[in-house]
Amino acid sequence: MVASTQAAAQLGSWLAPGYALFLCIHFLGVGSFAYIVMRRMVPLVRAQSDLRFDHPLERLGRVGKFWLGQWKHPRYKVAGTVHILFFAGFILLAMRAFTVLILGTSPDFVMPGMRGELGHVYEVVTDYAATVVFLCMIFAIVRRVVFKPARYEVPSKFGKAHKADAVFLLALIAILMLADSLFEAAKAAGQMQAGQIAHFSAAYSLPWLLKTVFVSASLSSIGQFCFAGYLLHEITFYFLLCYRPFGIQFHVETSLFNVYFSKLDREVLKPVRWDVSEENLDQLTSFGVKTFEDFTWKHMLDFYSCADCGRCSDNCPANAAGRPLSPRFLTIKARDYAFQHYPMFGPTGNGKALVGGIYSEDEIWSCTTCGACEEECPLLIEYIDKIVDLRRGLVDEGRVPQSLQKPLKALESRGNPYGKMEKKRSDWINAKDFQQTCRVKTLDKNGADTLYFVDSITSYDERMHSIGRATAKILDHIGENFGILGAAEKDSGHEVRRFGEELLFISLRDQNAEAIRASGVQKIVTADPHALNALKHDYKNVPPVEHISQVVARGVKAGKVKFNPIEGDKVYTYHDPCYLGRHNQIYDDPREVLDAIPGLRRVEMKRSRDRSFCCGGGGLMLFYEPKEEERIGVKRVRMAAEAGANVIVTACPFCMANIEDAIKVAGLEGKMTAIDIAELAEQQMVREIPPQTKSTFEMQAECVAGR
Amino acid sequence: MEILVCVKRVPDTSENEIQLNAAGSDIERDELVYSINEPDNYAVEEALQIVGRVGGKVTVVTVGNEDDEEVLRREMAMGANHGVLISDDTFAGSDGRGIAAILKRFVEQGSYDLILTGVQAEAGAAEVGGMLAAMLDYPFASLVSAIEVIDGKKLKISREIEGGNKEISEIDLPCVLSIQTGINDPRYVGMRGIRAVASVPIATYGVSDLGLDPNSVGAKAAKVQRIDYFVPTVGKGAEILEGSREENIDKVLELVAAKGGLK
Repeated sequence: MVASTQAAAQLGSWLAPGYALFLCIHFLGVGSFAYIVMRRMVPLVRAQSDLRFDHPLERLGRVGKFWLGQWKHPRYKVAGTVHILFFAGFILLAMRAFTVLILGTSPDFVMPGMRGELGHVYEVVTDYAATVVFLCMIFAIVRRVVFKPARYEVPSKFGKAHKADAVFLLALIAILMLADSLFEAAKAAGQMQAGQIAHFSAAYSLPWLLKTVFVSASLSSIGQFCFAGYLLHEITFYFLLCYRPFGIQFHVETSLFNVYFSKLDREVLKPVRWDVSEENLDQLTSFGVKTFEDFTWKHMLDFYSCADCGRCSDNCPANAAGRPLSPRFLTIKARDYAFQHYPMFGPTGNGKALVGGIYSEDEIWSCTTCGACEEECPLLIEYIDKIVDLRRGLVDEGRVPQSLQKPLKALESRGNPYGKMEKKRSDWINAKDFQQTCRVKTLDKNGADTLYFVDSITSYDERMHSIGRATAKILDHIGENFGILGAAEKDSGHEVRRFGEELLFISLRDQNAEAIRASGVQKIVTADPHALNALKHDYKNVPPVEHISQVVARGVKAGKVKFNPIEGDKVYTYHDPCYLGRHNQIYDDPREVLDAIPGLRRVEMKRSRDRSFCCGGGGLMLFYEPKEEERIGVKRVRMAAEAGANVIVTACPFCMANIEDAIKVAGLEGKMTAIDIAELAEQQMVREIPPQTKSTFEMQAECVAGR
Repeated sequence: MEILVCVKRVPDTSENEIQLNAAGSDIERDELVYSINEPDNYAVEEALQIVGRVGGKVTVVTVGNEDDEEVLRREMAMGANHGVLISDDTFAGSDGRGIAAILKRFVEQGSYDLILTGVQAEAGAAEVGGMLAAMLDYPFASLVSAIEVIDGKKLKISREIEGGNKEISEIDLPCVLSIQTGINDPRYVGMRGIRAVASVPIATYGVSDLGLDPNSVGAKAAKVQRIDYFVPTVGKGAEILEGSREENIDKVLELVAAKGGLK
């Protein structure tokens, strides 16, 4: 106790000449930061409402996982590990930084509870933490300057490079750590010279190294080092605090809130407005995001929180194919807009349209809503809702690409994007050879337990008919009493909604939901992941829905489905459809089905499961004519070839359309084929060998009865 | 500038399978989906863009019945200021000249600087615009693919001519122009826009409102009468491929190659 009082006295004598200065910097620093944050809050106050104050415990859990636990970071091994290290360092050092700041004016200050052994342990731990953070910064600077990872590059169309700013900020943190260590080392060296016991056991830490240098210096120069260390620490600390809200490091302050307020039910698309119910949508004078202030406050917080790490765009298929979209810059451009139009001084806002200003129409239509960016973002920034909101704005202004207008119009008048007659929707069940083996009933007159929701592409696209027939045969084989809606089925509207035509989606949804409820079924099966996603997340009060791969996987487990060995020496790879995998976490069922086929050789592509690479996009995206260097699907097919596969198994008719086209475009015809999981399962399924007593006629009658 | 656009509701060729009825007198209309005649939609968009540049109002007009209100509302959702339905039982069976005569009386009741029509409708006659201009004694240009307003008295227009060439002309206002598709990118009309104009009143004019002699219009006055509808019989040397799309593509390639068309 005596020693610590003496140490405080010595520190006090060293720092005393700077009291007034230190106090000034405190007030200036805290005051400036408060003002800056207040100005940064201005657009958030003007923004649209967002419902983010529910489920506090679940939200805290997410803070624990994604913020404190840095859950997403290890997806990038090097950068992720470094970030986890210095994030842990910052958390540990936070209390020490405040203690140091206070010491400038109260040299005998000790944080409550830190006076005894705990304080000593904390000091040792933080000496190492400061050292680790310092080294991480040096590493990060070297990485930025020398190794230049490609994902940090800024394409010229998106403005100037961010490297100088990034390196400057990293260097500032290194200086902060150095200043902190200088201060601690001088304090300890002074105590040692005064013959006091200096609690200094963090051997080889940065403060320890500096202390060994100082210990032989005169007491007065140690005092000067101490003063300099303190001043440098204080200035750097407040400079960083006030500079961060102007760039990529603002996430240091905002990330905690961004993760806390992140979207809990990621698959449910944002409503047009959180504060306007669906019934009252007609009263709105404007739809979607047209100006910056049409974003919700949480979406603006997303813009502030982006750390510019580039992981989103690194995984974005649209970006990879050279489309004019990069999720990273969708955010960065909005942030730059906010900084420009909500400056620190003077008038705020300008109310100009975003699309045509900072964004191009093509940029907004380029997104396939595959979700790869959101899966990757360590800060849980949302992209799909923003894209859909921007599209809603474009649709409201009539700014829809010509290629999409016809299918949208056809969806309105005929309930499918092809403009085909409603009565032809069930033509696929009438093919002669199919009808002989399996008769599918329509539910207008008959009842059934299960509805097979076919959706437009499988109903109308001739190539996809075989997916529909395979699905029906599987359901029939496992003894499901099922039927289809036939002409009463409309397009699920999944992409209609995601392309921003909310009211058309609502109309399609209501027609389908009514037909489904009228049919009296207890459950729904589909082979189209887009329909699955719509029925599961966009529809309300409809029976539970499953994908056919889940049904087959369960059949395999229950012994109801057995497969014949596969012939030939083909190598198979499974392509995760975005709306089955990433959006609904169905990764294992399709793989279990494939692995249950005897003799099937399966390899994984480098990008699989939650890092799967989109086929190019389904639904209306098939009609859109994007500006791109290479088709997304062609890239995907090459990935399969790289993995050594020559058969791509998909579980989505849109993936099939894109991948089969891409095989041709990539010139891999004859070397690579694609098959849907339902087609493959049906093809390999062991049919019961008819017992002698059962005639073929009886077997057929059973099938017709849907047994 | 006051602009009148004459529009027509037609069976949408991209969303229908057109078949003859049993009597062969008309197409089977039971399950048809109707929409605005596509070139007319371009004409409305062009009118809206002109008004956007120089100011004014756009009126869309159609000769038909209450079912045709649907296309007027769609064009009003696009941005047209007024919709007018000209409807009367006596108009039934009018030929192109009859329709032009009806429209002429309507034009005379207002004051329009510019009258636009689509280049042609589903019947392919492309006749009403030209006849309307002649009846009004207005100048006329067809197949217009660009319009520029000069000092409010004249237009500079571009017309598509043979071989993809363009002809640039000046034309005095008021005039009638028939608009070619591709002149612009028509804006999208969403469900929301249509709902917003769902209850806007649409002015309706009958034969007496226009001061027309009932004997001068309709089937009685028509000088062109449709006497038959038929699907051409398969000619000599024609071969109809029946199969799936993929099969047909392969077959076509095979046939073309067999004739030496593919090397």
